Amino acid sequence: MFGFILRRIFASIPVMFVVTVTIFMLLRLTPGDPASVIAGDNATAEQLARIRTQLGLDQPLQQQFFDWMWRLVHGDFGTSIISGTPVTTLIADRIEPTLSLALATITLSVIVAVPLGALAAARHGTWVDRAVIALSVLGFSIPVFVIGYGLIQIFAIELRWLPVQGFRSIRDGLAEFGTRMIMPTLALTFLYVALIARITRTSLLEVLGEDYIRTARAKGISERTVFMRHALRNAAVPIITVIGIGFALLVSGVVVTESVFNLPGVGRLTIDAVLARDYPVVQAVILLSSLLYVMINLAIDVIYVLVDPRIRY
Amino acid sequence: MSLNSHLEPVEPRRFSPFYLAPALAQAPLVALSGTILIAILVMALLAPWLAPHDPGLLSPLMRLKQASAQYPLGNDAYGRDLLSRVLYGARVSLGIGMGAALCSVAIGLTIGLLAGFIRWLDSIVMRVVDGFMAIPNVLLAITIVTLSGASLTTVLIAITVPEIPRIIRLVRAVVLTVREEPYVEAAIALGTSTPRILWRHLMPNTFAPLIVQGSYVCASAILTEAVLSFLGTGINPVTPSWGNIMADGRSYFRLRPELIFWPGVCLSLTILSINILGDALRDKLDPRLIKRGEGR
Repeated sequence: MFGFILRRIFASIPVMFVVTVTIFMLLRLTPGDPASVIAGDNATAEQLARIRTQLGLDQPLQQQFFDWMWRLVHGDFGTSIISGTPVTTLIADRIEPTLSLALATITLSVIVAVPLGALAAARHGTWVDRAVIALSVLGFSIPVFVIGYGLIQIFAIELRWLPVQGFRSIRDGLAEFGTRMIMPTLALTFLYVALIARITRTSLLEVLGEDYIRTARAKGISERTVFMRHALRNAAVPIITVIGIGFALLVSGVVVTESVFNLPGVGRLTIDAVLARDYPVVQAVILLSSLLYVMINLAIDVIYVLVDPRIRY
Repeated sequence: MSLNSHLEPVEPRRFSPFYLAPALAQAPLVALSGTILIAILVMALLAPWLAPHDPGLLSPLMRLKQASAQYPLGNDAYGRDLLSRVLYGARVSLGIGMGAALCSVAIGLTIGLLAGFIRWLDSIVMRVVDGFMAIPNVLLAITIVTLSGASLTTVLIAITVPEIPRIIRLVRAVVLTVREEPYVEAAIALGTSTPRILWRHLMPNTFAPLIVQGSYVCASAILTEAVLSFLGTGINPVTPSWGNIMADGRSYFRLRPELIFWPGVCLSLTILSINILGDALRDKLDPRLIKRGEGR
């Protein structure tokens, strides 16, 4: 068990290495002079030189890479070209809306999607099943920002139940915070419900065809117990996996949702940095979210072994 | 390899467009999706003739006007005709969708075949693929566009690159199962050259899953392009795309919700139709589902 966890951690090192090299090379492989792209059309030679030094572009390539890695290992993810603030500070200032949105979305999605998927599997082939499938295809197809504007139109403009956009910290009061988080969370949840409901249904259908389910039924156990104890628990592994894999999807969704609802989160920070060509910020955000993805999936793999006695490595 | 696999002759899988025709009559939703997609394709192809106005023509007097006989969907913040812009927007979306699907399948197929068949290459390619899959699609695309300027080509590249790893994984998985088949072993034993084995014996097996995956890539690429344009990091705002039109309409949303509504509806319908067709194709073609008796 311990050996497996260690091996799994070692296995994720090459993945992280590929991630860092890719993100490092993005700036260097760009055709043309990245410094002049970042500086914009009206940059003076001095500004160009300053940006080049700041990004380390005047150093040899391997020197740049090792310097960068050295700073990363020491927790230095770079400094904004525009404001001169360390990127970690910028992110820390903006993390609250992003984290609230992400956690609320995952929680709500799991609460809604797992029962939906289970219901579809239990009523396989009926209209309930088809309705869940239809809902999940819709969830995949309607872009988050279209749903977002639809929600704003209905609940904020026509019904006037909720504020249109914006964000209040949870320290300003739960009501202020909550009313502004409802619509962003709903908009993003739709996609996630589609993803999780679909995988729950498929993996349950697969498990329900197993021999041990037939055995359980033959023993005369009630259908309810068969479903809850034998089927759902065994279908849990793929469901947890998809939540981990869906993290990358969540990141993209958060970026868009924050834009639609004017939430001052990390997604908004990233887009503002992109529009201002503040490359160190963009680079740090993309690096951090990729590393977070690797670590979440690592944690999920470890959780399996702890939870599921069938998995032995 | 199952024990009795050499007892049953394996029929080569053949493709014909007519293969799907009877099924289509039984599935009205699929037929409807196909019709919608054809309609949008016609919109895209005939945009110059269908559009009542030049999509880029500014008429300051007509700023944010309601729908009228002359401007059936009304005007945007610069007085441009919304209908014409939405019609032209179909070109960008479908172009990017099909372009990304073709490019990612072509590149992913080549790399996936090689990785699946040549063992030493496999571990290297898969590490790189794992790494790429860890980077969120939209962030990677945004970064590529930012660094290399927002032309149609860069946007296409930026959207295609993040899709390739998934294709490689799929092709590799197919190759890994098929390479153990007796007919591949026979081909190797007969001294068939590696390129010929790849081309003639392995590649045809990847077509069915690739057609399905290609349709998903197409839908996802259209979505990503719209997201990029909507965030202001996509193709040049002068070119009308559904995402651009919505991005332009954002500030005037409370006054003129149509500026978001119409491109949003076109976008959603297009992606929805492609996804429904993709699901239908998967149910028809995926042997894994058929074996499980789950093809619905």
